[in-house]
Amino acid sequence: MLDADTVYIPLDRWIQTAIEWIALHFRPAFRTVRWPIDELLNLIEGGLQATPPLLFILIFALLSLWLAGRRTGVFTVVALFVILLLGIWEPTMTTLALIATAIVICVIIGIPIGILCARSDRAWRIVRPILDVMQTTPSFVYLIPVVMLFGVGTVPGAVAVIVVAVPPLIRFTNIGIRGVDRELIEAGIAFGATDRQLLWEIQLPQALPTILGGLNQTVLMAMVMSVIVAMIGAEGLGLVVLQGLGRLDVGRAAIGGIGIVLMAIILDRLTQAVAERDPKKGSPFARLAGAGRMIMGGRGRGADTATSTPADSKN
Amino acid sequence: MTNRIEIRDLYKIFGSHPQEALKLVREGKSKAEILDEASAVLGVNNVSLSIPKGSISVIMGLSGSGKSTLARCVNRILEPDAGQILLDGEDITTCDQSTLREIRRRRMSMVFQNFGLLPNQTVIDNVSFGLKLRKVPQAERYRKAGEMLETVGLSSWGSHLPGELSGGMRQRVGLARALATEADVLIMDEAFSALDPLIRTDMQDELLRLQHSLHKTVLFITHDFQEALRLGSKIAIMADGAVIRDGTPQEIVLDPQHEYVAAFTRNVDRARLFDASSVMTAEPVDHPGGAGFVIDGDGRVTGWRGNESDPPSPDFISVSPDTVLLDIAAKAAGRKGPVAVVDDSGRFQGKITESALLAGIAGTSEPQNKGRAHA
Repeated sequence: MLDADTVYIPLDRWIQTAIEWIALHFRPAFRTVRWPIDELLNLIEGGLQATPPLLFILIFALLSLWLAGRRTGVFTVVALFVILLLGIWEPTMTTLALIATAIVICVIIGIPIGILCARSDRAWRIVRPILDVMQTTPSFVYLIPVVMLFGVGTVPGAVAVIVVAVPPLIRFTNIGIRGVDRELIEAGIAFGATDRQLLWEIQLPQALPTILGGLNQTVLMAMVMSVIVAMIGAEGLGLVVLQGLGRLDVGRAAIGGIGIVLMAIILDRLTQAVAERDPKKGSPFARLAGAGRMIMGGRGRGADTATSTPADSKN
Repeated sequence: MTNRIEIRDLYKIFGSHPQEALKLVREGKSKAEILDEASAVLGVNNVSLSIPKGSISVIMGLSGSGKSTLARCVNRILEPDAGQILLDGEDITTCDQSTLREIRRRRMSMVFQNFGLLPNQTVIDNVSFGLKLRKVPQAERYRKAGEMLETVGLSSWGSHLPGELSGGMRQRVGLARALATEADVLIMDEAFSALDPLIRTDMQDELLRLQHSLHKTVLFITHDFQEALRLGSKIAIMADGAVIRDGTPQEIVLDPQHEYVAAFTRNVDRARLFDASSVMTAEPVDHPGGAGFVIDGDGRVTGWRGNESDPPSPDFISVSPDTVLLDIAAKAAGRKGPVAVVDDSGRFQGKITESALLAGIAGTSEPQNKGRAHA
């Protein structure tokens, strides 16, 4: 008979050994991975903490007014003043820096992987089960290997946030590009587009609303995870909540919670506004696409978006 | 007439093992057997076709006949599995990707059923799309695109988005985009099929008008036989992936050869398709001494008489050789007198008797001469 006390698969010990082995032998690799995240995080956080709160509120108010309209603009101003007056401005900025860092890296990793998956069925067959596992694994579980490989603190926290937040962006990029109207692709090919032109002129612009929808999901995942990573020493609003819990200080924990909710709503509204923007209204949507092309597009395309003709400004 | 495109023994098979299926095809197995044995669908089955330079050739077939597949093989959006496609004598099925790209950029363009316009780009940007891919500078491509928009009558719509235009206008944009690259070969895949009937007729007129001055080599795909008659100088009819009949509209209507083709030609309005030259007889006089036209030394008709002893009467009807039967009937109705067919300078070409006219319209006798199509 099978006696579960004596006969069992020692998977736990295998994993433990494997992680320890990786941590021991690949430390330089993980230091290298850590470095850009560290730099980016410090840069963003330095910038945010150095910005006077009132100036920050003004910038965010204008941004949300421009992107999402008056209602969201008003909400943003009120929410940010509440955060300021609750005395949690500093941890809020830390959390924002953590999220921003994670988002930037998610975009850099996620969109190219998504594009690859959309263009190659084989790549998608490999990536898809990995994403399934990543998205069904409880986010807590990521914390331990992250600590063992990257240590504790805000930077390892950012790593965990990235791991949790990147899957939706990959999925949406893949779906968006695969969903582009077949006739548009044929039109591109029929007029002699190279693979690259097909991607930049047709697939990405057409898939952009879907990709931005994915970005919205990624932002929300990052927000949620940014709280959880307080458990491995990441600073920010999560830490406020964690400290409140530790001291049984319900008030303090609640304040942290309010800050998280307000930030989450602001970020959600802003990213959603960008994603759902009607391209016909001539708009941030298009400008964002243009900017995206300028940043990532490579040679010569900047000129197209910079020289604005009457026809162009609608575009 | 020189051929711009020659399609030779072309096959296109959809399935995971096309070469295996191809072997079955060459063993003479039917479409159903191939689907059964190789789980492959025979899209284009041994098609050979010539597309003459500077005129509109129509491929007509019902859905599933393989007509769009064939069109997509011509510019290799779909890769044919066997056979050749010669563009000006050069086989494009074997050329490499960059050569193919150059051909698509400069020598062949395409118009799509649902227009295939980029919804987030303005009309002028859509029209200049092909030039942009070719890296033509913006000012230059806008100038060219502007010209093309004028050609299709949309010059004031350049800064609008396609979504703001009606279907007919959108397809004009699609047409302008195809013309902007100055490609000589235009593949038009069901280009007017998504339009309302009235707009469709408009667009057919527009295409004929443009073709009158541009003389492009047009490969026009349609499921509408009337449209095929109206536009095509040559028509190829496809069924089950194969061309079952091709020729001029008259040849096909006069002699369908297939029951399948006859089903389309049965309802053709012959009165509009055939012209005077197809029913006229060349002899001015019925029989020596009988009724007939009097012709002077220059070949001009001076009159008509019932028999040799009558004085010539000026009471007759004259039509040009390309007047369609319907118009001749309208002219002849309510007037006594025979019909003379005369050329531009008034020279006698032939005469049309009442019975020949009626027989031509009813399709009960084969017209003596093969005239031009007037659909």
